[in-house]
Amino acid sequence: MKRHLLSAADLSRDDAELVLTTAAELRELADRPIKKLPALRGRTVVNLFFEDSTRTRISFEAAAKRLSADVINFAAKGSSLSKGESLKDTALTLEAMGADAVVVRHGASGAPHRLAHSGWVRSSVVNAGDGTHEHPTQALLDAFTMTRHLGGHLDGRRIVIVGDVLHSRVARSNALLLDTLGAEVTLVAPPTLLPVGVESWPVETSYDLDGVLPKADAVMMLRVQRERMNGGFFPTAREYSRRYGLDGRRMATLQDHTIVMHPGPMVRGMEITADVADSDRSVIVEQVTNGVAVRMAVLYLLLGGSEPAVGGEE
Amino acid sequence: MSNYLITNVSVLGGTPTDLLLSGGVVADPADAPADAEVVDATGLVALPGLVDLHTHLREPGREDAETVETGTQAAAMGGFTAVHAMANTEPVADTAGVVEQVWRLGREAGYCDVFPVGAVTVGIAGERLAELGAMADSAARVRVFSDDGRCVSDAVLMRRALEYVKAFDGVVAQHAQEPRLTEDAQMNEGELSGRLGLAGWPAVAEEAIIARDVLLAEHVGSRLHVCHVSTAGSVELIRWAKGKGVDVTAEACPHHLLLTDDLAATYDPVYKVNPPLRTAADAEALRAGLADGTIDIVATDHAPHPHEDKDCEWAAAAFGMLGLETALSVVQQTMVDTGLLDWAGVAERMSYAPARIGRVSDRHGRPVAVGEPANLVLYDPSARRTVDPAETASLSRNTPYRGMELPGRVVATFLRGQATVLDGKLQ
Repeated sequence: MKRHLLSAADLSRDDAELVLTTAAELRELADRPIKKLPALRGRTVVNLFFEDSTRTRISFEAAAKRLSADVINFAAKGSSLSKGESLKDTALTLEAMGADAVVVRHGASGAPHRLAHSGWVRSSVVNAGDGTHEHPTQALLDAFTMTRHLGGHLDGRRIVIVGDVLHSRVARSNALLLDTLGAEVTLVAPPTLLPVGVESWPVETSYDLDGVLPKADAVMMLRVQRERMNGGFFPTAREYSRRYGLDGRRMATLQDHTIVMHPGPMVRGMEITADVADSDRSVIVEQVTNGVAVRMAVLYLLLGGSEPAVGGEE
Repeated sequence: MSNYLITNVSVLGGTPTDLLLSGGVVADPADAPADAEVVDATGLVALPGLVDLHTHLREPGREDAETVETGTQAAAMGGFTAVHAMANTEPVADTAGVVEQVWRLGREAGYCDVFPVGAVTVGIAGERLAELGAMADSAARVRVFSDDGRCVSDAVLMRRALEYVKAFDGVVAQHAQEPRLTEDAQMNEGELSGRLGLAGWPAVAEEAIIARDVLLAEHVGSRLHVCHVSTAGSVELIRWAKGKGVDVTAEACPHHLLLTDDLAATYDPVYKVNPPLRTAADAEALRAGLADGTIDIVATDHAPHPHEDKDCEWAAAAFGMLGLETALSVVQQTMVDTGLLDWAGVAERMSYAPARIGRVSDRHGRPVAVGEPANLVLYDPSARRTVDPAETASLSRNTPYRGMELPGRVVATFLRGQATVLDGKLQ
């Protein structure tokens, strides 16, 4: 029996809470001198990265190593999209090497889904970000971070996610998971950067950042990629920053307990100013620390027991 | 040449009768010679040989996906006696030489007649007109011109093409897709594309081109054909244009009649096609349009692809799906079994009308009647079958109906009195 984590929608509330409580236990390891557990000794975790993402890869690598798993890093930069080796052949290679879990980052939406359901591999598949689709472990680490700062649960908490929702896998996974955990999510973006059909998502939307900030319990700023500027989604970076960037003036309108988050990497001066990113409200560095604990929890729950507790797939 | 005496057959669903196929034509069964091969057609419906206005045979260039021979075998197995072979081959069918090559390959294969479609623009690059007149005057007698796979998006070029083909009674078959609105598009734009993170192909990108083209066709008094209509809005626009008297015809594909965009949630590229599978409301509008004549014909857009081009991640996969061998079954399920069309209506939309649009109705799309060319199909509407990709006559396996149970079975296909399919088997 195998389980996968492909989408935040795969997680029931019980699943998600189990990941978060497990992560909380594992998080304490980070403060100990010896940060290693034997839980996954003898298991092999492959980090299969078709896109460059050093921070996500090293986060998964640290998580697997702290659980004593063997880690293979496979940077398959030439995806089949660029006529290199196909996803299928790469998967068959990993299968032949005896991977127990494949952590996959891919530029094509649905690539982890294909990996899990095409019969190419038998291992568990963890989606580490696919195209503009999802990034479920990012959403878990974000929820974990919020939970720690907002009183131990997210029921009724108001979470504001700001920026390029259209192209953001982080926003998709967060919208799904935060809804599962009882939070009230508001997506804020220029209309050009909200997906068609967003009205059917379990979220509110707004074009007015100033209007939603005073009620927020957490504000998550999304990265705005430079190439979007050439796509005509907004007129200039300056106008974007004025309307949707988080600066000191806007930060001053937040409630005292409100935290500021960013999945990284940040474009300082674009969606977030340096004084906000480095302020006391910012939990951006803590998100990175929590990322390791959450990914440990995911790998542990997928691989550790005979009855994996995470994930909704077969 | 064999003679076939087909007994107890229901022509277009009518009262059972006998048919004699002799000398390449339908003859009086009273004249049947004693050695005529008898085909017991009890329970079978006879339809005129089907005519596909939109087939990709892939040859020359992609013989790993399909050849003229395997593609016409698939056509025969689907009940077709004529197919129009789209021009987006390698090299593109944009000269008399290439269209004559395809035409000749079809004659040699012998499973159904192949009428090459000529490219509208050189290399289907959308920049300058191909030698349309040379293709029209060639042995292939091209009358249908299309850059299918790409849209003739330049309004002036489209206008000139519409005007130019009037000299030889040609028609421009437009692949309606506004290119800027569909850059990198992967699936129908809607709630699901947003959720799946797949770039959307909005209905307006099809409808905007159709709206422009019907107005252009009206302005210059030309004949326009719209390929693979996929949206409810497109049906509305064509209905409006026909109401104004614009000389426009349109086709719908079986997959757009039956399948919907929710299949994309599997991320299985066997469901990736251009234009994409749409919503259930769109499919319903297409069915209604096909029933009331707004949509003139069913065309398959049979698009074979080798396995590796579908056995991959969605964005990397090729667009297109097989269609020839399942078209009649899908039409039965969506149009006949639902009461929207009778068999005469099917004959009109899958044989008579496509033959008229392609200007081949002197030879194809003729009534099943004494003296007419013996192009016909015997079909068992009471059969059921589960589609198995391994059984396709096509060289490719990319059928979206894999594992689905569909009604009906082609029992026999006759091309000019010769069986290309008999007892469900290729001859």
